[in-house]
Amino acid sequence: MSTRPELLGSEALAQAARGNVSRSLWRQAGRRFTRNRAAMGSVVILAVIALTSILVPVFWPHGIEDASWESILVPPGLADWHWFGTDANGRDLLVRTFYGGRISLTIGLLTTVVALLIGVTYGAVAGFVGGRTDGFMMRFVDVLYSLPLIFFIIILVTVFGRNIFLVFVAIGAVEWLTMSRIVRGQTLTVKSKEYVESAVAIGLSRGAILRRYIIPNVLGPVIVYVTLLIPTNIIVESYLSFLGLGVQEPLTSWGLLISQGAGQLDSAPWLIFFPATFLAVTMFCFNFIGDGLRDALDPRDR
Amino acid sequence: MRSIPVTGNGASTMTPVIECQQLNVRFRTDSGQVTAVSDLDFTLNEGECLGVVGESGSGKSQTFLAMFGLLAPNGATTGSIRYRGTELLNAPRATLDGLRGNRLAMIFQDALSGLTPTMRVGDQMAEVLMRHQGLSRRDARTRIIEALEVVRIADPERRFSAYPFEMSGGMRQRVMIAMATLCRPEVLIADEPTTALDVTVQAQVLRLLDGLKRHTGTSLVLITHDLGVVAGLCDRVLIMYGGRAVELGPVREIFRRPAHPYTQALLRSMPSLVIDPAQDLPVIPGQPPDLENLPAGCAFVSRCHCSVDACRSTRPPFTAVGTDHGRACHRLPGDIHAIGGAVPA
Repeated sequence: MSTRPELLGSEALAQAARGNVSRSLWRQAGRRFTRNRAAMGSVVILAVIALTSILVPVFWPHGIEDASWESILVPPGLADWHWFGTDANGRDLLVRTFYGGRISLTIGLLTTVVALLIGVTYGAVAGFVGGRTDGFMMRFVDVLYSLPLIFFIIILVTVFGRNIFLVFVAIGAVEWLTMSRIVRGQTLTVKSKEYVESAVAIGLSRGAILRRYIIPNVLGPVIVYVTLLIPTNIIVESYLSFLGLGVQEPLTSWGLLISQGAGQLDSAPWLIFFPATFLAVTMFCFNFIGDGLRDALDPRDR
Repeated sequence: MRSIPVTGNGASTMTPVIECQQLNVRFRTDSGQVTAVSDLDFTLNEGECLGVVGESGSGKSQTFLAMFGLLAPNGATTGSIRYRGTELLNAPRATLDGLRGNRLAMIFQDALSGLTPTMRVGDQMAEVLMRHQGLSRRDARTRIIEALEVVRIADPERRFSAYPFEMSGGMRQRVMIAMATLCRPEVLIADEPTTALDVTVQAQVLRLLDGLKRHTGTSLVLITHDLGVVAGLCDRVLIMYGGRAVELGPVREIFRRPAHPYTQALLRSMPSLVIDPAQDLPVIPGQPPDLENLPAGCAFVSRCHCSVDACRSTRPPFTAVGTDHGRACHRLPGDIHAIGGAVPA
């Protein structure tokens, strides 16, 4: 081939110019994200954990409540499908670990969605309206912030009894506070941008400006925070369960399994090893994804 | 080589579209009250182009931001700005939203950040038509592609679905102009539309604005520092200093016989091709006035080459010096020229 490099370059340019599809900021960020090996690896591992958590309890020969007198505290091995061993009641740890994964991941995701919806709306409105409304709304957040989470949950549990639904409410009700602060701060920055002014000048309503001009422009940091909030919420659920305030038997979660395993650390260390490994790997994955997203959405920071 | 303006004043039928009376704009700040605009009176007639000239901080932008209800939250206004009899100052939001972007449009100074990075250019432009004319997205598309053609954007079909950061500064400025003219506004405010652009693009943008004025009969307000632009495009000029109108009149009158020392000094400090490049440009000595402590008399007194005692103690009233030509100065126009010397042609 005798094609000179300049010609190759111009050919590439022409090809780029012919492509009709414009790349949005999001798509460009997506490309940067897929090039990040740690983040992509984490996505794969998380997907595997999520899928196995959903599927394994469906076809595994043991159920989560199947206690058996013949197989109490069996150590991990291939015998009788007790690959992760069994607990003091003879229940299979593998199925309980994956089932716990279902609960933990669900709680992590749902509470984050709750926090996201409330926090983004609340923070964007406070920041956009500004003035006295903003002051009042954010002081309310400050007041809620000052209540300790545990105190709040003990009150909920005493009043409404132990219920998995309460765990969602309690975590969601606390975690949106930080989200609303982040969003409000971002909104204040975006609000003074010229494109918002020009949106006002073309006569758009406040609602339209908030939805189409403000919120899309504050989502970057929010998405990063979401990937960090999911593991936080899983951990919060774990320690609530550890304290006996969260998920109740016979349901289980990684936190609950770890708390039960911690009691038998000397005699049956596998009881804490497997759920703790899954929890730790999940945490790592979310954090790598968060890092990857931050780099992808704000490439100047690198 | 500055072309002498050949502005056909015949187009304007002298019906005012915008009437501004006794406008005051003040800002509350931690260190006290800042007066950005005081007692401003002017009218904008149908089909005319009014140039608004002044230094930074002379209140020219704030006047028109006030008109659009876009002042910063600590700003307050008194007086009146009316569009065909409708009061715009402190008007209910519904009234303003019906007019902004529709009958009144504004081109902002900074085109580079005037478009939101998360929306395609065409979708952003479509907002205007969907909001004010109830068009569907598809109908809006045809109109927008036409508008992009008018501002000479190559391949408008493709640019319609481009994002702002895929365009150059000049293209974005032209998109903003196209967007401002989509509803065929009666009044178009262009706030320094060419400051961020290089000279060749500036010329294109100005030619575009001139064409718009001629073909659609839009009244144009051109806020600028550049007297050359004013000479080429405007019918009348409003010169502002320290938040007040110091001179208002037809372009030709003001360039030939400036009746205020500030106008005169501005004209003299304009670079031109006949000035010896080895010489320093003439400048106006001193600092712009402190808007927190405006003097009791004329705001320009400390920099004026022909001030008298009265200038310090009493504020000069705005008086007529010719047909449609007025200025705020204690000195007689003849005396100003005598002291200031001839203005270079």
